[in-house]
Amino acid sequence: MSSYRDAIRSALRQLMQEDERVFLMGEDVGNYGGAYAVSKGLLEEFGPERIRDTPLAESGFVGAGIGAALGGMRPIVEVMTVNFSLLALDQVVNNAATMRHMSGGQFEVPLVVRMATGGGKQIAAQHSHSLENWFAHVPGIKCLAPATVQDARDMVLQAVADPDPVFVFEHQLLYGMTGELDEEAAPADPWRAIVRRPGEDVTLIGWAGTLGKCLEAAEALAKEGVEAEVVDLRCLRPIDFPTLAASVTKTHRAVIVDEGWKTGGLAGELMAGLMERVFYELDGPIRRVCTAEVPIPYAKHMEDHALPTVERVVAAAKESLRG
Amino acid sequence: MSLDDLGREKALGFLRQMVLVRRFEEKSAELYSQQKIRGFLHLYIGEEAVAVGAMNALKAEDNVLATYREHGHAIVRGMAPGAVMAEMYGKVSGCSKGRGGSMHLFCAEQRFYGGHAIVGGGLPVAVGLALADRMKGREAVTACFFGDGATDEGEFHEALNMAGLWKLPVLFLCENNLYAMGTKLERHEADPEIIHRPAAYGIPAERVDGMDVVAVERAVRYAADLVREGGGPRFLELMTYRFRAHSMYDAELYRTKEEVQRWKAERDPIEGFEARLREAGWLDDAARAEIERDVAGQVEEAVRFAEDGEWEALEDLEKDVYAKPVGAMLEEGGAR
Repeated sequence: MSSYRDAIRSALRQLMQEDERVFLMGEDVGNYGGAYAVSKGLLEEFGPERIRDTPLAESGFVGAGIGAALGGMRPIVEVMTVNFSLLALDQVVNNAATMRHMSGGQFEVPLVVRMATGGGKQIAAQHSHSLENWFAHVPGIKCLAPATVQDARDMVLQAVADPDPVFVFEHQLLYGMTGELDEEAAPADPWRAIVRRPGEDVTLIGWAGTLGKCLEAAEALAKEGVEAEVVDLRCLRPIDFPTLAASVTKTHRAVIVDEGWKTGGLAGELMAGLMERVFYELDGPIRRVCTAEVPIPYAKHMEDHALPTVERVVAAAKESLRG
Repeated sequence: MSLDDLGREKALGFLRQMVLVRRFEEKSAELYSQQKIRGFLHLYIGEEAVAVGAMNALKAEDNVLATYREHGHAIVRGMAPGAVMAEMYGKVSGCSKGRGGSMHLFCAEQRFYGGHAIVGGGLPVAVGLALADRMKGREAVTACFFGDGATDEGEFHEALNMAGLWKLPVLFLCENNLYAMGTKLERHEADPEIIHRPAAYGIPAERVDGMDVVAVERAVRYAADLVREGGGPRFLELMTYRFRAHSMYDAELYRTKEEVQRWKAERDPIEGFEARLREAGWLDDAARAEIERDVAGQVEEAVRFAEDGEWEALEDLEKDVYAKPVGAMLEEGGAR
């Protein structure tokens, strides 16, 4: 058993041991041990050149990561939260994502950016949002969202091995979660969705922070005789529509559980993509359970109410069964 | 530095390169009016001494990043004028396969990392290239060009801070042409003395006459050598002036014709240098004419190369968005 946090650290350590081009940089990754303690202990092992504390300059150090990747290194940049990453969007969208195409294929940016995302810790409207869709919108980058301890490790390894810029979104509530970790097993294909629980009646689609809610909802539904199939999307760009479509073709119903806001969000994109592919397989409209359209509030009862809940997933699944 | 230190051959080479850049730009403007070149086109006319002086002071192993006003930098760095012209035509024979156009020239072979059109956006990337070199033990300078307008951007300050903090081998080259597009320095900077800014980050800085190719070459060589030896980043403010509009769309309402005329008459970097060469007895009418003939031939050949180039095939639209097309990723997977 391992925690999600330890699994990521295990991947970082292995990468640093195996490849001297790999280094980690970001705010407080070194002396502090990482805002979420992911890199704790790595400074002592690898030194300050490779576990590099940066100034509070998201655009600056993400841009420096792009430059280091262009220069032949394999940088891993940690951005404290997805809210802070907005300060680096210029570098992400205008440089990381464009470089290969705009240079006619001459340059590549094998950069990995990891960041915490999501709500649930009462840290209010500047630390709790799920803005993964902002990144998943952009051609040229890839977006991974590990929901399990095994994926937390494997996806960091795979992201660093990839020649393109890869963004890894780590849900902040998952860092302490424990689960099975097999460090010898061949990792699953990172770009493919995985059926985490098979079922016949309705497909529940979640990822990162919402996979657990989907699985819990499936348990509750099972007690009422409804067999939900739970699909872990895992990769937010590119989206594995073949796997999603196969599940919906089997169940004819779907509920998408997205911690982002509904308007302009990933859930809508998934609905549209499924509609284009398997419209005639559907027995009713696809449903969405998303975060309420508000800045995430601080008070616990209000935050809990704003975020997707298991109850709402169950209710949406039942609604979809009514057609 | 006197001309004698430079030597006749080098000095004439500088003149030839400045004339090449100017004639190339004049031809580009002409081709723009013929609609052969589209989009934005930012001409370097008036600023030639900066790129020519700087590039001649850099080494092949150094990295170069430039702005969207970079045709001159690209050509003097050693990229074929034809590949640059073809890029502006949008041909697949262009240096970026026609994907970038005038503002996004790239060349891996010459370590020319673009053509950046987000003002200030190239500076953090330059810091990263220098960091990579340091970590790999490569002895090289990353030369990063940007304009006076970029010094307002947060990325400028973030980049200078990181470079200064980590003592990275970056040479910051500020091409101060006095206007951020149409906004004069005094109107967009609380302290219009750009030279004051690097001091805040512990970076030594020098102001250089950017209209004097010899002064630029000397200053860049001196600074680059110190950076290369591990002395940390340095900063040069190269004082220059843009003779033409910001881009082909610019009606130049923000400065007077008299001001432009005065700069052209008094500080033209080519005419000024030419006069010095003649005075030294290194240039006569025949030699000057030969340079024009040679350059005209090069420009003509560049245009021919661009004209003869092919258009990229439509089916290649999504090529190079990723290392592998998305469809192939989902089929083959990305297992390690």
